[in-house]
Amino acid sequence: MPYSKAPMKSADPAPPQAGGKSTQPASTSATYRPAAIPNPAEADALARAQAGDHHAFEQLYSLHKRRIYSLCLRMVGNIAEAEDLTQEAFLQLHRKIATFRGDSAFSTWLHRLAINVVLMQLRRKGLPVISLDEAMEPAPEERPGRSFGAPDLTLSGAIDRLALQRAIDDLPAGYRLIFVLHDIEGYEHNEIASMLDCSIGNSKSQLHKARLKLRDALRTQSRQEARR
Amino acid sequence: MTEKANNLSCADFQAQLPDLIGSGEDISLHPHLQSCDLCRALLADLETIADAARKLFPIEEPPDEVWEHIESALKHEKPTEA
Repeated sequence: MPYSKAPMKSADPAPPQAGGKSTQPASTSATYRPAAIPNPAEADALARAQAGDHHAFEQLYSLHKRRIYSLCLRMVGNIAEAEDLTQEAFLQLHRKIATFRGDSAFSTWLHRLAINVVLMQLRRKGLPVISLDEAMEPAPEERPGRSFGAPDLTLSGAIDRLALQRAIDDLPAGYRLIFVLHDIEGYEHNEIASMLDCSIGNSKSQLHKARLKLRDALRTQSRQEARR
Repeated sequence: MTEKANNLSCADFQAQLPDLIGSGEDISLHPHLQSCDLCRALLADLETIADAARKLFPIEEPPDEVWEHIESALKHEKPTEA
């Protein structure tokens, strides 16, 4: 029973132009590992965009739009809101791109920027997220306990999509963020730690708590349905 | 795995789980799992949840209007300080 790793970051394998027209041949690579493998097209576009080249900025948008939009969508669960957040993230990128110095992978930097935009939106909506630090440290009452209990309700087999969607939506934003980044987007803990300014151990610990909380929610739902 | 690992309580094993899972190693051979149905079920559940979540959220393409809005907004912004 090897614990399966998340799929590699697979977004934007064949970046089309922003308007939908392809600017380059489709990549044959099935995966995109921004932190591990520098993308020459991205490095070139980045340098030109930093110099104020609008077309290069559009190329950067094409390269990253799907992953940023998907991240926003997974975090807020609403298409219109995810579109607005994507727009805001890239506007922020445009304002700040000259400050990027390459201390981390560009995609990691961009993701961090987008995450901040999402968290600000969640704060505006009154959800209990003030900062990345607080997102990483949910209030004590939100912390799931250890997962002791009779193993009579294992989830092995089919999980109801709606139930899982609801359980993820109900996660505190900090847990949801880690879960989305690691288990769905496929980021490694060291990349998440860099994005969120936390330790690798903290990232692992928060992910584990998120999974336990999801399991608790799904098991509770299974029990309720069994009683009906 | 050591004999010490075999004597772990469920609490101790679950405290180690984040690191064990994060190591990327096959932990199904961990001595504690060989003798503990509870923790074996827990691990199976966590794996099932992660697999199901990946299938639930495919990568999405934003509509073209998003870029159009960005372009429109950029026209009204100051040039970047490059």
